[in-house]
Amino acid sequence: MPLDAKFIGRTYPPTEPYEVGREKIREFAAAIGDPDPAYNDPEAAKALGHPDVIAPPTFAIVVTMRAADQVVHDPELGLDYSRVVHGDQKFTYTRPVRAGDRLTVVTTVDNIKSLAGNDILTTRAEVTTVEGEHIVTALSSLVARAAADDSEA
Amino acid sequence: MTAKISFDDVAVGTELPARSFPVTRETLVRYAGASGDFNPIHWNGRFAAEVGLPDVIAHGMFTMAEAARVVTDWLGDPGALIEFGVRFTKPVAVPDTVEGATIEVTGKVAVLLDDRRARVDLLVTSGGAKVLGVPRAVVQLA
Repeated sequence: MPLDAKFIGRTYPPTEPYEVGREKIREFAAAIGDPDPAYNDPEAAKALGHPDVIAPPTFAIVVTMRAADQVVHDPELGLDYSRVVHGDQKFTYTRPVRAGDRLTVVTTVDNIKSLAGNDILTTRAEVTTVEGEHIVTALSSLVARAAADDSEA
Repeated sequence: MTAKISFDDVAVGTELPARSFPVTRETLVRYAGASGDFNPIHWNGRFAAEVGLPDVIAHGMFTMAEAARVVTDWLGDPGALIEFGVRFTKPVAVPDTVEGATIEVTGKVAVLLDDRRARVDLLVTSGGAKVLGVPRAVVQLA
């Protein structure tokens, strides 16, 4: 059954703050194989004008993916997560995420459309600090592939 | 933000240093742990086969992260990357071998923008096939 278009425009409550730690940034940078000193060495980050180590650009997904759980597991929406693949992803940064940030995310359903039996759910995640400073906007589309038995009338 | 590249030193067509990044099953397990994305299609061959995939596939966000490295290494300050978007068009299959798979990334300056910004277009392939659609970054140059 296609996703209900009435969810377009729905905004979910802000997430509990996620506190960004230096060691978590190092762990993420190591996992993507990136030895950039801006992610590892506070002095190197300061030399670039950042108050503390910054996170790799795609680190924001760690925070926004947790927030998206509110949407993808919303029982009213009824998305079959076992059929979901990541369609596209875009980040627009006001500044990089850095150690010490306490981040909260507000997720909005931007669009729902059906294409060749697939449901495409587009969400917009606004990531801010708890003090209200905007950090990054993340646009994601998730594609729920048509189930094999959807064609049975 | 202090990019090491000056706007005055780039032109449309300026190439970024190309990179290739190896990805093995171990890479994916490590990325799963660090990112919190434990979807079994990224580490469990049996599960991947059951849902019709050719093999275990890399996290799309891992491929996106590697693509970003070509831009951030060039900039010298990762904070000078101000916009980055991709489409996940083809999964990167990662066989259970010592070599695994390889992600190849090239990039060039595509458009000069206002305020000493530029758009960088990337080409991201694995096994000779494009794996990301329209991977584009906007960067703040010095």
